[in-house]
Amino acid sequence: MKSYEILGQKDTRSGFGAGLHEAGKRNSDVVALCADLTGSLMMDAFKDEFPERFIQAGIAEANMIGVSAGLATGGKIPFAGTFANFATGRVYDQIRQSVAYSHKNVKICASHAGLTLGEDGATHQILEDLGLMKMLPGMVVINPCDYNQTKAATMAIAEYDGPCYLRFGRPKWPVFIPEDMPFEIGKALMLNEGKDVTIFATGHMVWKAIEAGHMLAEKGIDAEVVNIHTIKPLDRDAILASAKKTGCVVTAEEHQMNGGLGDSIAQLLSRELPTPMEFVAVDDSFGESGTPDQLLEKYGLTATAIVDAAVRAMSRKA
Amino acid sequence: METLNTASAMATMATQIRRDVLRMVHAVSSGHPGGSLGCVDYFTALHFHFMKHKAQPFNMSGGGEDVFFLSNGHISPVYYSTLARSGYFPVPELATFRKLNTRLQGHPATHEHLPGIRVATGSLGQGLSVAAGLALQKKIDKDPHTVWVVTGDGELQEGQIWEAVMFASHRKLDNMIVAVDFNQKQIDGSTGDVMGLTEWTSKFLAFGWEVLEMDGNNWDDIMTVVPQAQSKLGGGKPIVIIMKTEMGQGVDFMMGTHAWHGKAPNDEQLAKALAQLPETEYKDY
Repeated sequence: MKSYEILGQKDTRSGFGAGLHEAGKRNSDVVALCADLTGSLMMDAFKDEFPERFIQAGIAEANMIGVSAGLATGGKIPFAGTFANFATGRVYDQIRQSVAYSHKNVKICASHAGLTLGEDGATHQILEDLGLMKMLPGMVVINPCDYNQTKAATMAIAEYDGPCYLRFGRPKWPVFIPEDMPFEIGKALMLNEGKDVTIFATGHMVWKAIEAGHMLAEKGIDAEVVNIHTIKPLDRDAILASAKKTGCVVTAEEHQMNGGLGDSIAQLLSRELPTPMEFVAVDDSFGESGTPDQLLEKYGLTATAIVDAAVRAMSRKA
Repeated sequence: METLNTASAMATMATQIRRDVLRMVHAVSSGHPGGSLGCVDYFTALHFHFMKHKAQPFNMSGGGEDVFFLSNGHISPVYYSTLARSGYFPVPELATFRKLNTRLQGHPATHEHLPGIRVATGSLGQGLSVAAGLALQKKIDKDPHTVWVVTGDGELQEGQIWEAVMFASHRKLDNMIVAVDFNQKQIDGSTGDVMGLTEWTSKFLAFGWEVLEMDGNNWDDIMTVVPQAQSKLGGGKPIVIIMKTEMGQGVDFMMGTHAWHGKAPNDEQLAKALAQLPETEYKDY
């Protein structure tokens, strides 16, 4: 199992803030909107350097999505930021009609996603957002794994013409993706080539998958670890090639099992290459208050859970 | 594009558009004639007289021209007819309204690339926000043109409308003129019975808007009040016209009731309605 050096501990929302600032420098059409969470989304650098391109939308997310669609119609590249539950469930119909169906070049930027939001509890810990967004035709859905990948993804979606959903989070998390690695929308990232089982992971769970890969290696199991940062469009070729090679699959995500990355991969494999598969995800439950680590432990989103799932998946191989 | 300079010329075009509306909804036994008929005069006045816009080639961004948004997308028949008659797409295409593979979807959409449509509307309350976004873009890019919007009065029951009303005022979007189609009717009955929020003028004033009132079915009033609204552009406040209309205007048996909000006439009713609106020099599609 390949070792990755931890380059630091940073929150992915700061990666978004840095990427937005850089995208703003590169392209004067980039504008940013925020619904009263500018500091939480680390949008201050953009706001301070480009005040005329920063739009405070207030606690009125539905209007923020509509205004973004209007700005995009006029040729701007709006990045609309708020917490992930307000950025998706609260404004689903606005995104559906004014952004996705109308194919507007709006970037929906969603922070504090998943259990790792922590103490604020289940009202804010959306675990359904990837499913909601991936169901919309034409919507690109991205869930990067660390600070550097989030920064690169933010800059990449600025150059992509079409609606995007970018999901990131609050906790400080290991940084291991090289700072200069370009982000390719829709391309899986091979983190470790292996032959016994494939772990497809997204978001914060990618680092857990790397940890699991080391634990599996100690058991003599050679795990392939693949970062699926783009949930949609899914990198079909990379997923099918890996599943064919290893013969069994585990998915890991900080999301409901229903509707998440695992769902997408299961649909692909069931049609193209039926493969034993296990899911590490939240199993039809809301979250609750607690520290991120406590919550990941309680809801089964740990390296150990991935190891156990990998062993189960391997036992089901023909 | 044809520009019409007199009320009588516009009235003739409006008669033809009313015929289109009735024939379109009749052909597919569905659609929304009532609100469409009520708004025909204002749509005609905007697209053939007041708006500075270019139909060909259609420019999605609307840079360098006036832009129109229909927030209550269900009155698509009047929108489509006005767009076709003002040159955005061929008039005969009106015959495809609501039929499979049409660009004239039941509610306006960009998905099929119909020239003139800049965002999908139909789920109510959203178009005003989108219009505010484009008005803001014009401000940022120093484009002096106007963003025109029509909303329904029932639509004002949507919470998002008031988010947009607040936003437009806060951002001083004084390049927007919004007309509220004040026909006082919605699907389930009169707006007062369904959700008795009235006093629109004082509400918009309280939100910091310029407010004008107009009879949207009276040409003298339209030709007086719309220029008054335009004179307030650039004054630091968004502008709203509370536009009193009659649902079903122009067809006697469709007026004074909410029954024709979303119901198409049958053959006999169509003949009776068209007899009240003689075909014009613009000809039926």
